[in-house]
Amino acid sequence: MSEREVLELLRENARYSTADIARMTDLEEDEVEAAIEELEAAGVVRGYQAVVDWDKLEDERVRAEVELNVRLDRETGYDDIAERLARFPQVTALRLVSGDYDFDMEVEGDSIREVSQFISEKVAPVPEITQTVTHYVMTSYKENGIELGDGEDDERLSVSP
Amino acid sequence: MTFDLSERVQTVPPSGIRRFFEIAEERDDVISLGVGEPDFATPWAARDAAITSLEQGRTSYTANRGKRELREAIADYVADRFGLGYDPDEEIIVTAGASEAVDLAFRAFVDPGDTVAIAQPSYISYEPGVIFAGGEVRSVPTKEEDDFRLTVEGLEEAGADEADMLVLCYPNNPTGAIMTADDLEPIAEFAREHDLTVLSDEIYAELTYDGHEHTSIASFEGMRERTIVFNGFSKAHAMTGLRLGYALGPAEAIHAMNKIHQYTMLSAPTTAQHAALEALDSCENDVREMVNQYDRRRQFVLSRFREIGMDVFEAKGAFYCFPEVPEGFTAEEFAEAVLHEQGVAVVPGDVFGAGGEGHLRISYATGLEDLREALARIEAFVEEHA
Repeated sequence: MSEREVLELLRENARYSTADIARMTDLEEDEVEAAIEELEAAGVVRGYQAVVDWDKLEDERVRAEVELNVRLDRETGYDDIAERLARFPQVTALRLVSGDYDFDMEVEGDSIREVSQFISEKVAPVPEITQTVTHYVMTSYKENGIELGDGEDDERLSVSP
Repeated sequence: MTFDLSERVQTVPPSGIRRFFEIAEERDDVISLGVGEPDFATPWAARDAAITSLEQGRTSYTANRGKRELREAIADYVADRFGLGYDPDEEIIVTAGASEAVDLAFRAFVDPGDTVAIAQPSYISYEPGVIFAGGEVRSVPTKEEDDFRLTVEGLEEAGADEADMLVLCYPNNPTGAIMTADDLEPIAEFAREHDLTVLSDEIYAELTYDGHEHTSIASFEGMRERTIVFNGFSKAHAMTGLRLGYALGPAEAIHAMNKIHQYTMLSAPTTAQHAALEALDSCENDVREMVNQYDRRRQFVLSRFREIGMDVFEAKGAFYCFPEVPEGFTAEEFAEAVLHEQGVAVVPGDVFGAGGEGHLRISYATGLEDLREALARIEAFVEEHA
């Protein structure tokens, strides 16, 4: 149960110190450390990353959402296709989804040209893939649960009853 | 000429909170642990419902007692959450914040010369409210050794048996104390025995921690007929500025309160009533999530005060804790010095009445980053003056 609590806090802010997590819960600091180790060892926590608002940076970062349709045969299942696609470093997320298409793939690159080339040269030619629809991300409003707007000022009175 | 002010108004001293507000407002580097309202915005669904109601032009008065739909939703909510049964037609009134409801109650039930016992430390409006209504206040201090719970001994010592009315606020502002069913039982008995009307301000009812569920004193046998319960949307649903509260009580009492309300307020803000209806309909998870956040901060703040070496009792409700100031300071001296030297605003406990001296009200209705920084500054202050 303590792992669940620690996981919730790490998902909120992976940079909380183990001491602060201990203060916020009934756990001791070494129990927090053990819980984190356990979560990592069990493969529940796979990594820690920053949530970035790319619009705030000078460098261009091109991101695209790609819808993929595939045709399966006796030898090839979804997992086989996914494994092959996921190995490309340009692919940042890959999910099998319900609905009009099969895979929902997120791709990142330094330019539209680079991303387009990747789709047309590496993804589209995969024999099981029957169709790709690429949506370039124009503006992001929320990432990983964090709103990217300017936020709301705290307009509360500084001292109130 | 000097304006001819009423004696009642002149009797009430200026608010002790106001002074700290003014100092804090002068500086821009202040982190405030002195805020008595949530730092969360109203859940989006409730705001969205308010916007939609405006778009649809729903900006007229409502029934004096509030929209019937809202009263029904309130009746269902208090039945479901607290096991309280109130008739939406006769026993519920929706008001401009719970504060209005408290004022209505004083004006409807207090005659000049009546004595009103107030469990303290407590929210700062009760005492002036009693005085404005012409009543006399009898303070009933609660003690740290009792975790700031009200006890029968405390009531007896203060002579509350002679009072006409008793005011309670649990979960408590400013201490964060709660009263469990076991704690309330003897208080209920005392109220019955001495025929006290009870005003129970339960505005923080949703904010309880450590597995505690709020119990209303109105749920005890023989209490419903002598109790007015106050609640609202300000704290649990982070709707302070929308000004929406309500009172629950026997028909006769609510009729009397409504008599004043209809001539003075007419009806509670309509837009806020739309927001409130949605808040009860669909924002339960938002409330759970806010309570979850408060609880983490509560534990964080309590841990930090203990690390700093300041005594603090385990507050289990609202979003306050109530540490003791270190030796050599009064609460006011400490609050003033820590504000000047470290830029941290806290409220001295004596502002909240008897029993509050020597303590600070610390509000954790503020983000963890600010809490961390504020506690580091308090730690530096305490080390420097130790």
